[in-house]
Amino acid sequence: MAGPLHDLKAVIGTFSTEYGKTPLRLKLIDLYILYALSTALIQFVYLGLVGSFPFNSFLAGFLSSIGTAVLAVCLRMQVNKDNKEFKDVPPERAFADWVVANIVLHLVVVNYIG
Amino acid sequence: MAEERSGIKNSGLSAVVCAFTLLLICIMAFAIRLFSVVKYESVIHEFDPYFNLRVSQFLAKNGPYAMWNWFDDRTWYPLGRVIGGTVYPGLMLTAGTMWWILNSLHITIDIGTVCVFTSPIFSANCAWATFLLTKEVKGTGAGLTAAALIATVPSYISRSVAGSYDNEGIAIFALVFTFYLYVKTLNTGSLFWATANALAYFYMVCSWGGYTFIINLIPIHMLACLLAGKYSAHLYIAYAPFIIFGTLLAASVPVVGFNAVMTSEHFASVLVFAVLHVFALVAYLKRTLPPAALKAATAAILTIGAVGAAAFAFLLVGLVAASPTLGWSGRSLSLLDPTYAGKYIPIIASVSEHQPPTWPSYFMDLHVLILLIPAGIAACFMPLSVPSAFLILYGVVSVYFSGAMVRLMLVLAPAACILAGIGLSEGLHVFARSLKHGVVNMKEEIAKAGEEDEDEGAEGASKEVVKSGSKEGARDAAARASKKKSVKKRSWEKPWWTRSEGPIPFEMAAVGIALALLLMFFFVLHCVWASAEAYSAPSIVLASHNPDGSTHIFDDFREAYGWLRHNTDENTKVASWWDYGYQTTAMANRTVIVDNNTWNNTHIATVGMAMSSPEREAWKIFKSLDVEYVFVIFGGFVGYSGDDIAKFLWMVRIGGGVYPHIKEPDYLKHGSYRIDSGATSTMLNCLMYKLSYYRFADATMAPDGTSGYDRVRRTEIGKKNIKLRYFEEVFTTHHWMVRIYRLKDVPNRQKGARKKAAKAIGSPKKSNKLPKSASKRKSRIGGLRF
Repeated sequence: MAGPLHDLKAVIGTFSTEYGKTPLRLKLIDLYILYALSTALIQFVYLGLVGSFPFNSFLAGFLSSIGTAVLAVCLRMQVNKDNKEFKDVPPERAFADWVVANIVLHLVVVNYIG
Repeated sequence: MAEERSGIKNSGLSAVVCAFTLLLICIMAFAIRLFSVVKYESVIHEFDPYFNLRVSQFLAKNGPYAMWNWFDDRTWYPLGRVIGGTVYPGLMLTAGTMWWILNSLHITIDIGTVCVFTSPIFSANCAWATFLLTKEVKGTGAGLTAAALIATVPSYISRSVAGSYDNEGIAIFALVFTFYLYVKTLNTGSLFWATANALAYFYMVCSWGGYTFIINLIPIHMLACLLAGKYSAHLYIAYAPFIIFGTLLAASVPVVGFNAVMTSEHFASVLVFAVLHVFALVAYLKRTLPPAALKAATAAILTIGAVGAAAFAFLLVGLVAASPTLGWSGRSLSLLDPTYAGKYIPIIASVSEHQPPTWPSYFMDLHVLILLIPAGIAACFMPLSVPSAFLILYGVVSVYFSGAMVRLMLVLAPAACILAGIGLSEGLHVFARSLKHGVVNMKEEIAKAGEEDEDEGAEGASKEVVKSGSKEGARDAAARASKKKSVKKRSWEKPWWTRSEGPIPFEMAAVGIALALLLMFFFVLHCVWASAEAYSAPSIVLASHNPDGSTHIFDDFREAYGWLRHNTDENTKVASWWDYGYQTTAMANRTVIVDNNTWNNTHIATVGMAMSSPEREAWKIFKSLDVEYVFVIFGGFVGYSGDDIAKFLWMVRIGGGVYPHIKEPDYLKHGSYRIDSGATSTMLNCLMYKLSYYRFADATMAPDGTSGYDRVRRTEIGKKNIKLRYFEEVFTTHHWMVRIYRLKDVPNRQKGARKKAAKAIGSPKKSNKLPKSASKRKSRIGGLRF
């Protein structure tokens, strides 16, 4: 197991050096994604500990966290300058779309959270 | 790209022509559905729409919050029904909104009229939605063709005529619009369109139970694209937010509720969501890591991913296997396994819409589109892009499901129209191009014919020179030969399928266009015929032709419901077979025992048992349900073949499914269902037989002495001298189509001693008739045994 483990450490090392080269803007979005995912994880652990009642509140909260993470990933993809698919989309447009999507998401969540 | 191919230059005139054509198409879609309003009247058709009308009337009167919280106690007596939680509210809210807007503008249209015309309006909307969807994939020409096809295709007309106020009328529009926004998101990669897509999906969930088609088709498409190696950011943006939004929005609709996360219909979306994230992660790592580290990382991810996937699959399988239907609802399971309903849920099997379609019904509903769909699929392969793959998958999956249930031919209709439109448009495009360049080629041909003669002379000369071996001559000959090669091969010399300008000779193209137009003429002719003759019948009103050609109207159903409404107490309970429940509550405004919702199989089986039992047992069952009036539909007098005697075996089967003493073979003589003198005694003594044929023999005395000839079964009935002891006839409609009976009351005095002694039914000595002045309609004492 030493072989693969060593490999894994090397990979992680390479990854962190490469990651250091990403622009600050994208690192901020990544931090936001990690924060959203961690709230989702906390809610899931709470579900395991305390139970699922009321289920609609759990669903609303959990999907709200996952939803913000997913939308932030979409934003990151559109704002990333290396991404050739979006070279004619200005980052302001991407941000505006992201804001609209978040508004709709949170309206739905607030409606469903009960 | 697609716009250029279609040859339309981006000028203002072409946009105006396109918009005007689309407007005409929408008007045609609206107008072709108005035949029943013209032929009969502006009335709601069939059975289910009456329930929708009743809910819409309640909504118009009391507002949306009241509808959301409505508990209906006038149906499924004594259980009631939670309307807010069991109905797909989209249709009523749409009609209610239109009614409210019109009324706030002081155009005081009645809610009933709005309901009748909702379906044609949304069919027109569906036409422009189809245009937009096809335009996203293949261009404006294909879009217009597809829109024209869906405006008139009989399959869609069948469920959206004026008066057919049912979920499918708006659901097909919502379906096509959702798909349009999905393809638009795939093409543009914008989160705004992804949000719009999710909101359109929400409208679809509100409208129809068939929304599960969308939530399974889009994951199938996504999986196909991922496995084909077409992962891109556009795919992620189109799918991942849609799933999150979609689950939340679907769960917000009360009738779906937690089913959005707990039933197997939605699991596919979650699985593909996970798979998509794996692909996204792999793509990100490919971009970030150098190749050496990438290999190790891939290995690590694969092991971790495999372990995680195994754990997740184990959980999922455990959850799914715990449910007896593997998590699928009854209707969905009968789609996947067409024999399931026949074995386990007779109610689903008994509905004629749930049977598999026959081949003629494909032709009737789609006509020439059947031929054009393969052409469209082939056109989608050239070139195969992510949106055109979506259309191919949509077509193939909907063809499969339409083969399971004839009702789902409706889901096939948009796919058929889009694919056929693409195929037809590509064909017309080739023809038109050939026509256009055929003229140019002819001119070219004439001009170059002169040059060719010179070249041929030179070639002949060069050959002679080569033979003679002179170098100079050879050089000259080579120069001329190369000059000949450098002249572009004329278009008619290349193989025809490689040509881009004029693939087909001019004459063939002209004939081709003429034949294509002829094909379309026949298609439209068929659609108008189908709409006028086949799909415009409001089953509430029937018509036939007198010998002199005039129309004779059978309005018996409304006559009976009107009688019930005006001659019975407001709180009486009326029992009939479940088909007529919605109409009874909507038109007669009386409480019913069972209705078309069929959510409680045992309750329906109880009514079925009562109809199949002898008179006395039936009286007891109905009395225990507080029923006062029973009605049956009888078609033997006029030849209406959809009556209750025709449906009776289903009553026996459904009743027998819950109450084992009702056995179907008891009602069949040697396996065949008959009502004449060869019928079994159980059949001749059951309540349905008696209520249908009471006094029938007396009323149909033929000149040759025979009586009781049933026009539907085409025989004389078996038992002619029917006496009813526990029921009395209160009303029979003009053509004997609806027969209403009242349960006789328990008499004031009961013969205690005789109860034990006499069991024989029909001993007349024991009846004590009161003087006539004492009773009007009250029961005769002593004629009853208790």
